[in-house]
Amino acid sequence: MRSSRVARTGQYLALVAYLVFLAFPFLWLVSTAFKPARELGSLHPTWIPRDPTLANFRQAFDEQPLLQAALNSLVAAVGAAVVAVLIATPMAYVMARHRTKLSRMATGWVVVSQAFPFVLVIIPLFLVLKNLRLIDSVPGLVMVYVVWALPFALWMLVGYVRAVPAELEEAAAVDGAGRLRTLVSVTAPLLAPGIVATALFAFVTAWNEFFFALVLLKTPEKQTLPVVLTHFIGAEGVADLGPLAAAAFLATLPSLVVFAVIQRRITGGMLAGAVKN
Amino acid sequence: MTLATAKPKRPRPAKRSGPADGRDRRLIDHGAWFLVLPALIPILVLSVGPLLYGIALAFTDAQSGRTEPTRWIGTLNFQDLLHDTLFWESFRIGLLWAVGVTVPQFLLALGLALLLNQPLRLRWLARALAIVPWAMPEVVVGIMWRLVYNPDAGILNETVRDLGLGDGRDWLSGLATALPAVILVGVWAGMPQTTVALLAGLQNTPRELHEAAAMDGAGAWRRFRTVTWPAIRPVALAISALNLIWNFNSFALVYVLTNGGPGGRTRLPMLFAYEEAFRYGQFGYAAAMGCVMVAVISTVLALVLVGRLRRGEGA
Repeated sequence: MRSSRVARTGQYLALVAYLVFLAFPFLWLVSTAFKPARELGSLHPTWIPRDPTLANFRQAFDEQPLLQAALNSLVAAVGAAVVAVLIATPMAYVMARHRTKLSRMATGWVVVSQAFPFVLVIIPLFLVLKNLRLIDSVPGLVMVYVVWALPFALWMLVGYVRAVPAELEEAAAVDGAGRLRTLVSVTAPLLAPGIVATALFAFVTAWNEFFFALVLLKTPEKQTLPVVLTHFIGAEGVADLGPLAAAAFLATLPSLVVFAVIQRRITGGMLAGAVKN
Repeated sequence: MTLATAKPKRPRPAKRSGPADGRDRRLIDHGAWFLVLPALIPILVLSVGPLLYGIALAFTDAQSGRTEPTRWIGTLNFQDLLHDTLFWESFRIGLLWAVGVTVPQFLLALGLALLLNQPLRLRWLARALAIVPWAMPEVVVGIMWRLVYNPDAGILNETVRDLGLGDGRDWLSGLATALPAVILVGVWAGMPQTTVALLAGLQNTPRELHEAAAMDGAGAWRRFRTVTWPAIRPVALAISALNLIWNFNSFALVYVLTNGGPGGRTRLPMLFAYEEAFRYGQFGYAAAMGCVMVAVISTVLALVLVGRLRRGEGA
């Protein structure tokens, strides 16, 4: 009894240590975003701003085209998510229901694509998109993001299709429903939550993506949020801390919200995978 | 930047019963082509194609903005690369960084997963907080930690001063401190995902086994070794291999934190190749670097797979 109480105390101490480690950088970001310049310049920074202000946010919007950047990010992320899910769902269905050579090759590609160093892909893509005059354009970036989102979209969707019992489809077929009819009225509704989760996941990854956007977008008005954020850090690495924190904080909010919504589903998918293994 | 938010990939179950069994020889099932092509064409054109093109470029003298035609130069790029001490230095740093992030990240994540598997009060808070590093854009993670590390206005130095440990320092610019400082950020950023993967494995451990082992008088460490670890080993292995690869290929975090400095102390291979390609326009040479990186990564993957096979798990 006694030793278990000691163990419990140790567990709580460890948990609190983890909580501090996970939380403190983010709290510091938020705190910095709301600090007036005077407090930022002080040699003894405080955790909680004494005179919280929104001035940093205003200054951030004045210094960089944040609104335009957010719009570009939104277009790129929504475009990537919608297109990726539209083309991945049918393929995932085939991969889940039919064990053919192609579905095994696709599975292999999903694994291998995780290991690409992106330099090896971006240089040829840069040349190809340049020839197609799609460099420095958000649609060109969407094309890249779609392919980049496909591996995990396929992976997630194959799992969701497997979770729909094939017997249901067979029963519908026995009842005289055609192939298409079965897909639309039996499979699709059961698959819908999985499709939405996959799309949201694709949205977050595209919203957060930096490397491709950095290489492919040159004009400031076309750049996405992560690229524009780096402009706040000057060439010498000197940054205006307040506006930098404010802009970074804003850029995080959409993915945080979306991720909070889908996190359970992702965890659930992992669990299902683990159980099957 | 990589698919740092994707689920760990695991091999498919070897056997699956279904209506399509026994049709293995066909590339694809009858009329299903129209379902597959919309995804297959972009994959081939924008992923497989560029990858092969990239490998081909490594054997050319391709440069950006040059008017003369690109020529095949055989293995000249690779020969140059062999003597490029700066590249091998960055390669060494890349390996240091990948191992330096992956190992502590795994140990911390394992600890947290074991805690979260216990009925503790603040579990929900830890789970909620774990979303933050996971969902944050890498660029923001980098910016955030620059604020923490800031020599004057950062919380780290303020804490150091408060504890009476001196005046603090400029962590990201110090020759000795830059790499460890950057590694700490990498650990922080990837920990939640590893934790969730391990937690999924833990919750899959049969409870009865634990209880039986406890009844037999097995201590905590023994129970972990004989019951818990065997159950989570496949997940642990998969996520660690992926973390190693993702970390080795990472770019955005370090680009924002130090941009490779000071004096190249944190110049990861991806940063090096990026500069070579898009600052100096050496496309062929940078592609050759990419090829070397692929070779190393494939070796890691192969070693992990061989490890699994030897353990009789199948791959």
